[in-house]
Amino acid sequence: MASPAPHHKPDLVCPAGSLRALTLAIDAGADAVYLGLKDATNARNFAGLNFDDAQVREGVSYAHARGRQVLMALNTYADARDDGPWRRAVDRAAELGADALIVADSAVLAYAREHHPELRLHLSVQASATSYEAIEFYRERYGIQRAVLPRVLTLSQVQHVIRHTGVEIEVFGFGSLCVMVEGRCALSSYVTGQSPNTAGVCSPPAAVQWLEGPQGVDARLSGVLIDRYAPQEPRGYPTLCKGRFLVEGERDYALEEPTSLNTLALLPQLIEAGVKAIKIEGRQRSPSYVAGVTKVWRQAIDMAASDARYAVAPAWSAELARWAEGQQSTLGAYERPWR
Amino acid sequence: METKKRLGLTIAPLQYWWPRTSLVQAYAELAEGPVDTFVLGEVTCSRRNEFTLLDWLALARDLVSAGKRVRLATLPLLMSEAELRQLRRIIEQSAEQAGFAVEAGDAAALQRLAQQPERLPFTLGPHLNIYSRAALVEHAGLGADTWAAPLELALDAVARINPPTARVHGPAGAIQTEVFGFGRMPLAFSARCFTARHHRLSKDECEFRCRDDADGLLLSTTEGQPFLVLNGISTQSAALHCLIGEGAALRAAGVDRLRLSPCSQGFARVVELFDAVLHAGLPAAEARAELQALPLPGALVNGFAHRQAGMVEEVSHV
Repeated sequence: MASPAPHHKPDLVCPAGSLRALTLAIDAGADAVYLGLKDATNARNFAGLNFDDAQVREGVSYAHARGRQVLMALNTYADARDDGPWRRAVDRAAELGADALIVADSAVLAYAREHHPELRLHLSVQASATSYEAIEFYRERYGIQRAVLPRVLTLSQVQHVIRHTGVEIEVFGFGSLCVMVEGRCALSSYVTGQSPNTAGVCSPPAAVQWLEGPQGVDARLSGVLIDRYAPQEPRGYPTLCKGRFLVEGERDYALEEPTSLNTLALLPQLIEAGVKAIKIEGRQRSPSYVAGVTKVWRQAIDMAASDARYAVAPAWSAELARWAEGQQSTLGAYERPWR
Repeated sequence: METKKRLGLTIAPLQYWWPRTSLVQAYAELAEGPVDTFVLGEVTCSRRNEFTLLDWLALARDLVSAGKRVRLATLPLLMSEAELRQLRRIIEQSAEQAGFAVEAGDAAALQRLAQQPERLPFTLGPHLNIYSRAALVEHAGLGADTWAAPLELALDAVARINPPTARVHGPAGAIQTEVFGFGRMPLAFSARCFTARHHRLSKDECEFRCRDDADGLLLSTTEGQPFLVLNGISTQSAALHCLIGEGAALRAAGVDRLRLSPCSQGFARVVELFDAVLHAGLPAAEARAELQALPLPGALVNGFAHRQAGMVEEVSHV
């Protein structure tokens, strides 16, 4: 291989659950926003969220007028009963001027490749591609130009993947943390019948019940007790892997604590590794979350890619802490404190 | 009465750390039973070393000599170069040894299989996310001969994807369908080892504590409801998926084979009961009653087959 390519500034890719979030993200400095349609074709299929065709068009024109991009998430698996919505979503993305599609399902990739060969394809994190061999599989067959890595790899594993593939690599920088490999988790469907792969939801709100009892406040998911809070204890959303459970008589967060991923401290290493884009999680979050988080990451990326000495500004940490789940954050698998 | 199609029985890959002697004994016992296919290999954690790839290969050769079919499974979650090297070894071994096939755990395995100079027989493993007919068509094109459906996929979807009357075909011919029929379900995978975490140990110095849990480590809700099972980097259902009463629905959906996942006690009898119900007319209700009396690690459920939550038990009309 020739001498390493010069490091370039990674794109900041921000979530847009609504047109309002989209415009705020662009105004705050996102290089690209990602959005989904109002149906089960994307992994944040929540009521009141996402875009219809007119909104996509408006969002695309807002972004393009400012030299930014719109990526469309089409990252659930087509339903065996009717894959029409997934095919139509590909057609709509092409027609509405999306700059790329974020896809997990090989059938959807094949359809896009065949019918819209000009459309840029990104491999969604939901495709669970954790090695360069897996990424090559999708590149050779479907011509993917970028892959989003699952949040399970260490920094050195991310570097290793980048060294061995010509596909652009996007990683998660901030937001809610899946401790399980994305696209490989059926915990939600075990409890509720709906999972990220099949319905674009995890621990869906319709299955959540809050009940006050003599022992505190119970958070249940389809009747299963996910957590029980003392009266004064702060409460979190009962995502089922983030509850407190009993193992050998010990009650604890047995899988994952309610915490957010925050890799600000690792940004220079990620850039040096050659990461092409940093993704912010949270299409289900409010427009003010998007604006606040985007602004911090814009400043951080600009500083990390400049000649200035990089340091995480206290103001950035303070702002991100406002938006972190459970007001805590972690470097996640990148630094692997549990290794 | 129409003759019932025979459903093949496959032993799913062992999910747990079992001591060598129990493992060897369990497979020797199963080899005597009505099972025709075994999926072998470590599918949970690459650190486990009680039974190495060489050991699995030796067992595989024994089973092939005993007239069984063998698949070598690859990991569903690969993260390191060492794991990729192991994947390549598994595929090379399978190419060299007549009678061995591969069960692809992830897309890296598909990539390596596609690069073989000669086409190898292989199965599309249950974690490959094939949820529609078009997706199965895509994967069939790679040369697979069998499709193990995702655990959460309902039988009505299986029937739509690969119906008996309109099989998906690939270079290896018509694709066979295999469905998970018995056992604790591996529902999720992580980079993190939950067993080590519970014992306050790091993953790299885990002391192989999962050896203490022949069926995984039970996780219950705060009010004591058995819920999930910690098994290293895998999280399983506490309940056991059981499709012993679904013979008619399975055949109607075009299912060719049922996959039975080993548990530490009573499993040889479980296999016999499935065979007796599916092929010898034993009433499913009777078999189910006997299953419930066996020292199995959890309750029996079947929700996923019926497009419901996986932990639900829907009593079928037997």
